[in-house]
Amino acid sequence: MIQVTHLSKIYKNDSVETVAINDISFSIKKGEFVSIMGPSGSGKSTLMHILGGLDIPTKGKYTLDGQDVEKLTDDELAEIRNKKIGFVFQAFNLLPRTTAIKNVMLPMVYGGVPKEERFEKAKKFLEMVGLGDRLEHTSNQLSGGQMQRVAIARALVMDPAIILADEPTGNIASTQAAEIMAIFQNLHKKGHTIIMITHEHDIARHAKRIITMKDGRII
Amino acid sequence: MDYSELLAEAKDALFLNKMRTGLATLGIIIGISAVITLVSLGQSGQKSVETQIQSLGSNLLTVMPGAQSSGGIRGAGGAQTTSLTYEDAKALQVNSNIVGIKNVSPEIAQRSQLTAGGNNTNVQVQGVTNSYFPVHSLNIQTGNSITDQDVVAARKIAVLGPQVVTDLFGEGATPVGQTVRINKEAFTVVGITEEKGGSGFQNQDNMIFIPLTTAQKIVFGVDYISSIAIETTSKDNMTDVQNQVGYYLLSRHKLSDPTQADFSILSQQDIIGAATQVTGIFTTLLAGIAAISLLVGGIGIMNIMLVTVIERTREIGLRKALGAKKKTVIAQFLAEAIILTGVGGILGLMFGILLSFIITKLINLPFVISLYSIVLAFGVSAGIGVLFGWYPARQASNLSPIEALRYE
Ligand SMILES: Nc1ncnc2c1ncn2[C@@H]1O[C@H](COP(=O)(O)OP(=O)(O)OP(=O)(O)O)[C@@H](O)[C@H]1O
Ligand SMILES: [Mg+2]
Repeated sequence: MIQVTHLSKIYKNDSVETVAINDISFSIKKGEFVSIMGPSGSGKSTLMHILGGLDIPTKGKYTLDGQDVEKLTDDELAEIRNKKIGFVFQAFNLLPRTTAIKNVMLPMVYGGVPKEERFEKAKKFLEMVGLGDRLEHTSNQLSGGQMQRVAIARALVMDPAIILADEPTGNIASTQAAEIMAIFQNLHKKGHTIIMITHEHDIARHAKRIITMKDGRII
Repeated sequence: MDYSELLAEAKDALFLNKMRTGLATLGIIIGISAVITLVSLGQSGQKSVETQIQSLGSNLLTVMPGAQSSGGIRGAGGAQTTSLTYEDAKALQVNSNIVGIKNVSPEIAQRSQLTAGGNNTNVQVQGVTNSYFPVHSLNIQTGNSITDQDVVAARKIAVLGPQVVTDLFGEGATPVGQTVRINKEAFTVVGITEEKGGSGFQNQDNMIFIPLTTAQKIVFGVDYISSIAIETTSKDNMTDVQNQVGYYLLSRHKLSDPTQADFSILSQQDIIGAATQVTGIFTTLLAGIAAISLLVGGIGIMNIMLVTVIERTREIGLRKALGAKKKTVIAQFLAEAIILTGVGGILGLMFGILLSFIITKLINLPFVISLYSIVLAFGVSAGIGVLFGWYPARQASNLSPIEALRYE
């Protein structure tokens, strides 16, 4: 259960103030599948980072499963990012010069998954996103779409209750995008909460609910 | 996350950044080996000078012909003077009644060509008496020394330094009983001195010793001597003996005014003092160079660590985003820095020791490695490496994951 109230994010650079999120409030129930849409620069990614515990809001309150995120320690937050939330970055953010399999294994290193299980698990998820033949390719040897799929596999490998995906199909051709959406649908059926940013109405349709943002506000 | 995992992650990161790892290691190797080598060279130079001075004998006064110069040390290029005689030396030993004189060694020295068989070598020919050997703590390795009878009878016998033996007869030869020629005069070899391992000036390994009288009459054709070495009974009475010898020789030479003296007396303290001053400057200089190379090496290590800070900050942001705890990230980066400086440090250590060994062997100096140079070099390089591996990691781990990922 995600709940934000009067949430704002203001960036201050030198003398310029940028209001990325402007006093928004909403809640998302456990097991919901929500799409966030809106023009470029409307604050979608910023909001997603805050929801993922990667960034801190300037104002307002964010409660995750009844816990005030602001009151969590750094380590508790790290634990939540590792176990409860799977994050697909808009810019993928793979570890440079590192193989696909190692990238997917990384959350398991920090999540205390026994060493022996990591490889098989990572392999399973890479196969699921259609990269079973690219395990040993390093980040720079992968196409944009392939990197995005590695990022998706990495987000799913810890079996998180909440999946936050920032344009997860932005670089993927429509047939493969459909496969990814099928995976998300499947997870949704199993009860995972999914929040997905997208520009495409076709993709947004998969969600039961669409939140539209503009200039840092929900409209 | 346990230690083995931490090390595995650190090792992975080091292998992934081959360029950075290589350059940082190189910086550490250069820093450490430069310091170790320079300090080693300085110390072996110092030790070499010390042994040479000690090989001249202990509690030694040296009487030289010629006027006393203000500093007490005559210029080496000064004209040969003829004021000292064998009789002066004998008188000092027998008649002077100066308490504190243990032994008197009159000496005459000149370089000359030496031949044996088909070989020849240019060596210092030393005309000496039996006293020379105890006074200069030089022992006979094989055969006999020069005896008083040899001097009285002006016998044509010789004692060779080991270097001379090697040069004329080959390594390890014992040419006792064989003949060597100085300016066509034949000398029978009666003994060989032990190796002292000196080099440079006054290298006793590369000398031939013959009876003083033989040297004066047959080889050089003179009646004076080059110097008188006096061994005193103890270090403490050297100044006293130096003064008494001075007055005794003045009266023997029928001189009343000490400023008119036709000889000068040098104590070993004078020599040691001068030498210590020189080696002191030398060592300070090398220590300075070592400090600079340590600084340069340190800045090199620091630069390489800092140049990659942007990429590494992003890496830390990502690791934190995926669930790494702050202290885990810092521990991993610390482990990385420790491995890096540890491996670089050990390589630098081995390289530095090897380099010092080779250089000292090449220029024939004793090989000295001191613990303090190792500790200092290792400590400073490793300290800088670990500090600049750890500090940026700590800074980055204090950022929120997004701030770190966006860092530039
Ligand atoms: N670190 C920052 N400093 C200053 N302004 C920022 C910073 N990060 C984001 N912004 C601004 O915040 C606003 C929202 O950015 P955000 O990335 O959330 O947009 P978005 O909706 O995800 O856009 P897109 O669809 O292009 O990904 C933008 O106007 C952006 O310029
Ligand atoms: Mg965005």
